[in-house]
Amino acid sequence: MTIPETAPTFPRAQAERTTAGGTTAGGTQVPTSPPVPARRRRTGRRLSTRRALIYVALLVAVTATLLPFAWMLLGAFKTQGELLRRPITWWPEQPTLENFVAWFTELQIGTFFLNSVVVAVFTVLGNLLFCSMVGYALAKIDFPGKRFLFLLVMVMLMVPGVVTFVPLFVLVSKLGMVSTYPALILPFLAAPMGVFLMRQFIAGIPDSLIEAARIDGAGELRTFLRIVMPLCGPPLATLGILTFLGSWNNFLWPLVVAQSEEMYTLPVALSLYSTGQNATDYGLLLAGSVLVITPIILLFVALQKYFIQGVAATGIK
Amino acid sequence: MPAGTSRGVGRPPARAKARPGGSRRRRNAVTAWLFAAPFVLIFGVFMLGPLVSSFLMSFTDFTSRDIDNPLAVGFVGLDQYAALFKNPQFLHSVLNTAYFVLAGIPLTTVLALALAVALNNGITRFRTAFRVGFYTPVVTSIVAVAVVWRFILQPDGLLNIILSWVGIAGPDWLNSTTWSMPALIMLAVWRNLGTLMIIFLAGLQTVPADILEAAEVDGASAWQRFMKITLPMLRPTLLLGTVLLSVGFLQFFEEPFVMTKGGPLDSTLSVSYFTFNQFGFGKYGLASAASYVLFVAIALLSLIQFRALRSKD
Repeated sequence: MTIPETAPTFPRAQAERTTAGGTTAGGTQVPTSPPVPARRRRTGRRLSTRRALIYVALLVAVTATLLPFAWMLLGAFKTQGELLRRPITWWPEQPTLENFVAWFTELQIGTFFLNSVVVAVFTVLGNLLFCSMVGYALAKIDFPGKRFLFLLVMVMLMVPGVVTFVPLFVLVSKLGMVSTYPALILPFLAAPMGVFLMRQFIAGIPDSLIEAARIDGAGELRTFLRIVMPLCGPPLATLGILTFLGSWNNFLWPLVVAQSEEMYTLPVALSLYSTGQNATDYGLLLAGSVLVITPIILLFVALQKYFIQGVAATGIK
Repeated sequence: MPAGTSRGVGRPPARAKARPGGSRRRRNAVTAWLFAAPFVLIFGVFMLGPLVSSFLMSFTDFTSRDIDNPLAVGFVGLDQYAALFKNPQFLHSVLNTAYFVLAGIPLTTVLALALAVALNNGITRFRTAFRVGFYTPVVTSIVAVAVVWRFILQPDGLLNIILSWVGIAGPDWLNSTTWSMPALIMLAVWRNLGTLMIIFLAGLQTVPADILEAAEVDGASAWQRFMKITLPMLRPTLLLGTVLLSVGFLQFFEEPFVMTKGGPLDSTLSVSYFTFNQFGFGKYGLASAASYVLFVAIALLSLIQFRALRSKD
């Protein structure tokens, strides 16, 4: 879900990237830089006890937040016997890799991993291309039906996935696409959020730049590819990351449409194993969880600035 | 910029050139729709089509057996919705969803606001590390974290061990009709705190520092400054954040699916889960009707959001 006021516009997005350490304050007219020196001066002067208390409180909170991850990681290296033993153990007494090995030898995690990657990559590429194309048309070309199309996209932003999946499943099974890649990818190629994000950004690109290209004889396609797209790095990065995240963690639709084991994505495989006959093999399940979240956590830590800017700009997780 | 381009600046080009019989406009239309074509095609087939079909289907007794012969289904009209609102399981799922939203949203909002304010005030070092830490649960798959939470919430699991340190005997969270929902709310708060905190942090940066400084000079305490200046100025952000989160919370599905299967005794069955179950039973008509009830609730919330934000201008 998004609203117009929070999206970054072109000149501001440029300015924000140069503001060191500033969170993207979408929609504000107030630059983020002036308050910082003022605040630093004030807090540097006194109140150091209060500041220490804030640090302690935050440290406790962040530890509590990350504790489940630590517990997951520690548990993944414990044997089933140790996990069931009481009193509880903190560190694995005899660290073992057998839980991980089982995923690769018995449970074909390679297939699920490949499925997740294929679906995510095609979903991201499709969204980047299609959303920026329609975003360009909506932002810079005056054409009949434009307002209606944009309204439709905005309305679609608030449609929950659970509303469309029943007829979508009927459609996909009529087309004979159950348990295929197209069924996993196609419904996610037209994300209204992506259109909205790209339109807002492209609308902020100065008209004069685009007019100049047109007057110099460039067609719309050339203007789009040579002038607009090269300027769209930041929103494309945001959109790509948010789409990848959404695809990697997507659950309901893959659960419904991936009906054969070789088409499971990682979350589907994990959920079916965790509620099936393996439900009590916690070591196996914890190792599986570690394998599912490791790629996305690595990506997040490497690109955290863009993730967080994306949320601040669009309000979408 | 070449001097020749100034002609087009600041004036809508299409209107300026509209004289020759609108041919420019027609050419524009063709180009624009070509640009929009891939999106419109997919959007129409995989989103708009199903949305309309779902609406129509909610007035029929469509079942999984009718897939090959959709024209033979019977029209039941509003009887479907009447039956839905007489279905005790559905009513239960509505109450559960309301419980989840009404308890989860205030809890997440207050905690996220506290964290955002703490991070915004006086924290200059490790700020990024804190942000990353609080945001990590957001990026992880709910299915994966649910596994470890199920482990933590066992009767003799980590949470109850920690509770026993302060003398509290924790319940069997996931097998108790009383405690299953609080357990899922706890999980949801943990998972969504980061999103809301980031939104609030962005909002806090818009509060002008000079007003806060002036109030401080005039002798206002930190608490007074927060209540009288920061909070009122943060109202649009608070509203946006909570509405966005409510829309997500209303769709509550994965947590009960992986943690409790909707149980025990339907105590964690949500509207989304009810829809999913009816779909599983092949009752497509009833599933569609339930999903439309959810859609209307979400649409109403979103409208309130747009209203409130427009009135701000």
